[in-house]
Amino acid sequence: MSERLINIIIDSFWKILLPGLKMTVPLTVISFAIAMVIAVLCALAQFADIKPLKPVIRFYIWVIRGTPLLVQLYVLFYGLPNIGITLDPFPSAVIVFAINEGAYASETIRAALESVPSGQIEAGYCVGMSYFQIMRRIVLPQAFRTAFPTLGNELISMVKDTSLAANITVMEMFMATQRIVARTYEPLALYIEVGVIYLIFSTVLTRLQRYGEKRLAFYGRR
Amino acid sequence: MMLEVNHVRKSFDSAEVLKDVSISVEKGEVVSILGPSGSGKTTLLRCMNFLERADSGEMIFDGRRIDLAAASDREIAAIRKKTAFVFQNYNLFLNKNALQNVTEGLVIARKMDRAKADEIGRQALAKVGMLDWKDSYPSQLSGGQQQRVAIARAIAVDPEIIYFDEPTSALDPELTGEVLDVMRTLADDGMTMLVVTHEMGFARNVSSKVCFMEGGVVVESGTPEKIFGDPEKDRTREFLGILEKEQ
Repeated sequence: MSERLINIIIDSFWKILLPGLKMTVPLTVISFAIAMVIAVLCALAQFADIKPLKPVIRFYIWVIRGTPLLVQLYVLFYGLPNIGITLDPFPSAVIVFAINEGAYASETIRAALESVPSGQIEAGYCVGMSYFQIMRRIVLPQAFRTAFPTLGNELISMVKDTSLAANITVMEMFMATQRIVARTYEPLALYIEVGVIYLIFSTVLTRLQRYGEKRLAFYGRR
Repeated sequence: MMLEVNHVRKSFDSAEVLKDVSISVEKGEVVSILGPSGSGKTTLLRCMNFLERADSGEMIFDGRRIDLAAASDREIAAIRKKTAFVFQNYNLFLNKNALQNVTEGLVIARKMDRAKADEIGRQALAKVGMLDWKDSYPSQLSGGQQQRVAIARAIAVDPEIIYFDEPTSALDPELTGEVLDVMRTLADDGMTMLVVTHEMGFARNVSSKVCFMEGGVVVESGTPEKIFGDPEKDRTREFLGILEKEQ
């Protein structure tokens, strides 16, 4: 390996990692947080069988899960200006990732809610608790434990998916790499380098996920 | 009469499970409901605590009349706060330890002060011999231990009556005894209990009244001496005879 290439790899490490910390991480964290709010509300509305909301939520999930994330990004960022709605790249990306992940996560959480034995709810009623109290104290904590590993996987996927935001000019890690490649003509080394940085991010999250699962396992297996 | 239900009817789809059932419990009484599987006894109990909604029927509880089919959420909540329910498969809250299982209904539903609830919770667990396990989660307890915690959860709310839905049916014979012992202690203390059971010994020796149900009706009811000694109906005699032969 030439000295030039080694220097390029070392120089570019921070130039890629920095946009990673400044863009990829906030984009992931903000989008995932909003997605969780959307997901819990959609899952609860379906679980509680709120009749008028159900078809609306099913339609939302159907459309979002049935179309590519990249297409959703393009529609929002490049399409909406046609009808006079123009958004900056970063908020556009947050909106699309939150809506997209919200659809997937709501199905994860709904399945977890339904996996809580119905006897738990009946026991709650029998000690005098209200539906709201039972959901908050008994059902949601148990469902969260069930959903946690899957949600962790979805978060890891999302970190990687944020590279798609390069397509709508968000200056995240992948786009930063593309720029350096354009200047240095070293695509093999640099694309592997950014891949390794994504791998580091994913590894940290995988560790956190494992730690979280251990913490949540405190009340043993069913 | 402390609690009575009259003319309870309930169908699931086309199957009529309860066909005009009436039953009454006096304060301090232990009433056992016997009967073969599918006789409607569990459904009756569940209708009395509104876990199932009866198609028709009335309940008279503490002198107040409530329409079982049309009771409002407020009426249901009021009744549930005066009653407790012990399930066949315990239904302890899986994410709470034994003490938390007992105090949950006090702190959350009845807004009791945490320290006072803990004190009541400890007493209830001590009563069923489970105080040493107060920090254990349901997954760490045997079936009999879980059911004893469930009974502690029931008595902690100071109910006027406890419904038991086949409380020993999920337990192997060795563990059945410890649960029946606890129930016998409660009966001796004067707790009002309505017990759906297959435990003939308990029904015969502990209850003050026995009801035999089959096919969604009460076939016969009376004192244990009468039902076990000299039942009027052939069907009762036949059912008890078969069970006694099995034992």
